[in-house]
Amino acid sequence: MPVSPKQARTLKHCSWVAFLVVPPVVFMSLFVVYPILSAFAYAFYEWRGLARGDFVGLANFKEVLFGATMAPTVWNAFLHNVYALVALMIVQNGGGFFLAWLLYKEPFGFRFHRIAVFVPVVLSTIIVGFLWKLFLNPNFGIVNQALYTVGLDSWAKPWLGDSSTALGALVLANAWHFVGFPTLVYLAGMQRIPSEIIEAARLDGTTEWQLLRNIVWPLVAPSTTILFTLLFIGAFNWFEIPYVMVGLDGSPFGSTDVLGLVFYRTAFGNQSASIQNFGLGSALATLIFLFIVVFASMLTLWLRRREIQF
Amino acid sequence: MTALANSSSSRQPISFAFLAQVILIANSFIMLYPVVVMVLSAFKTTGEIFEHPFALPDFTQVGNFAKVLGETAMPTYFVNSIIVTGISIVLILVLGTMAGYAVARYESRTNTFILLFFLAGLMLPLKLAVIPLFILLRDLNLLDSHWSLIVTYTAIGLPSAVFIMAGFLRSLPAELEDAARIDGASEPRIMWSVMLPLARPPMAIAAIQNAVPIWNDFFFPLVFIQTDAYKTLPQGLTTFMGEYTTDWGMLFAGLTIAAAPITLLYIALSRQFIQGMTAGAVK
Repeated sequence: MPVSPKQARTLKHCSWVAFLVVPPVVFMSLFVVYPILSAFAYAFYEWRGLARGDFVGLANFKEVLFGATMAPTVWNAFLHNVYALVALMIVQNGGGFFLAWLLYKEPFGFRFHRIAVFVPVVLSTIIVGFLWKLFLNPNFGIVNQALYTVGLDSWAKPWLGDSSTALGALVLANAWHFVGFPTLVYLAGMQRIPSEIIEAARLDGTTEWQLLRNIVWPLVAPSTTILFTLLFIGAFNWFEIPYVMVGLDGSPFGSTDVLGLVFYRTAFGNQSASIQNFGLGSALATLIFLFIVVFASMLTLWLRRREIQF
Repeated sequence: MTALANSSSSRQPISFAFLAQVILIANSFIMLYPVVVMVLSAFKTTGEIFEHPFALPDFTQVGNFAKVLGETAMPTYFVNSIIVTGISIVLILVLGTMAGYAVARYESRTNTFILLFFLAGLMLPLKLAVIPLFILLRDLNLLDSHWSLIVTYTAIGLPSAVFIMAGFLRSLPAELEDAARIDGASEPRIMWSVMLPLARPPMAIAAIQNAVPIWNDFFFPLVFIQTDAYKTLPQGLTTFMGEYTTDWGMLFAGLTIAAAPITLLYIALSRQFIQGMTAGAVK
């Protein structure tokens, strides 16, 4: 079939664009879209090890949410995720907001403090987890050693071995790791506020607290939206810090068990117990996924409404 | 309450600045001191760490470091991390630039669809699809190899790279292309010699934004890699920490060696790191 020069040019152009677009799209389809769609499908089957068995409908979901053996573990872990979310919202994001405000005024040593607060952020969670596990060691960790040194012997505790303090210790280790992130995101948000607004408020004699609460906080709403949404997703995906610091079982006595650990134990087995259930694991992953998508979207929409154009 | 607020506002300038300085110094101390203790402890024997946890060590005593580098698999983990991170970043940049360029520079009805496709990839946590990914990689015979990690990280990093590259490439003036086109340059030639040389800054952002989480990732190696010789640094570190549980000097030396490259790189390039790592959250 004869091809006109114009057609040949269009064909050449189309194949060039296809050459650019097709490989990335195929790659994403194979390694992101296909696994995520399969994850939903797998939850409806019974699994024997790595082999897919019969279609069982909603049985896996029922077991995860209401089953006698699994549900109590799942709900216990879920509450710990909620606790971590709330605690990190206050300590990590709230702390980041106040640190950002202090940095915003560019005090003496501003550049140093800005770099220092971000140092832990670049470290691997594994390093951070092991470091704090060693520091919180009941006998030789520097936390208790420091308490002995200043005479507060009665405050010393086996932080990670005591079910009343273990989860709090994990939250604080996480906050140490990541507080630099909200700090610098909020700082960038504050630097975008037109300086006349803050100057004008100052001339009106507003107190520092009023300025922060009534002017800065509403005007950094876009940063808040993204930080709280990221924290929400992160809190319900929480895995590395608990895994490294307290182990796969969320010891002591499940007091630090979170959904990420339950998922890993269910899907890939506990080395001691050597059980592996892809069906229940997929059902749990699907539920966590839907929970994150639904609530993170609601949270984002709700936080967006607070944002003001300026 | 009002009286308190008033009295503090009259003295505010000095007291606030002073208080701010105290809090910032305390905070920087809390951020850095644990890292300092880690490094100092790496120069000590376990006995010295237990006896004098806060004392300065004898810095000539580098036995722990020599042992970590000479007698453990740490150098292997390190090389594996470099291979996996390096190839992943190259693939992310190549594929991300290809898609980003097509979307930004060529009019097409499919552009919106392609952007939405990658936007979905940006939002969905692939961690939760690890079971099907595990089975897929097993079927492709990639499980327990560097490639299992490389394809996973590329898939996770690709969407952000597409958006960063498309956002930048779209901002370049059309005159650049048109001038080259009049000179008779082919489309691939225009992309390679005219446009891409200008796109180095967004490439650096995309590279840093993805390199740090890939270098630090632990979850996917934990699931995909069994063979010690293929483990990356964070995963190898857990093996190492399990082997030397009671030798604290070794543990701190291992942590220090694992933390050193990225920390030093961060100190040298702090501006680029901060810009790259907060790129997704700062508009």
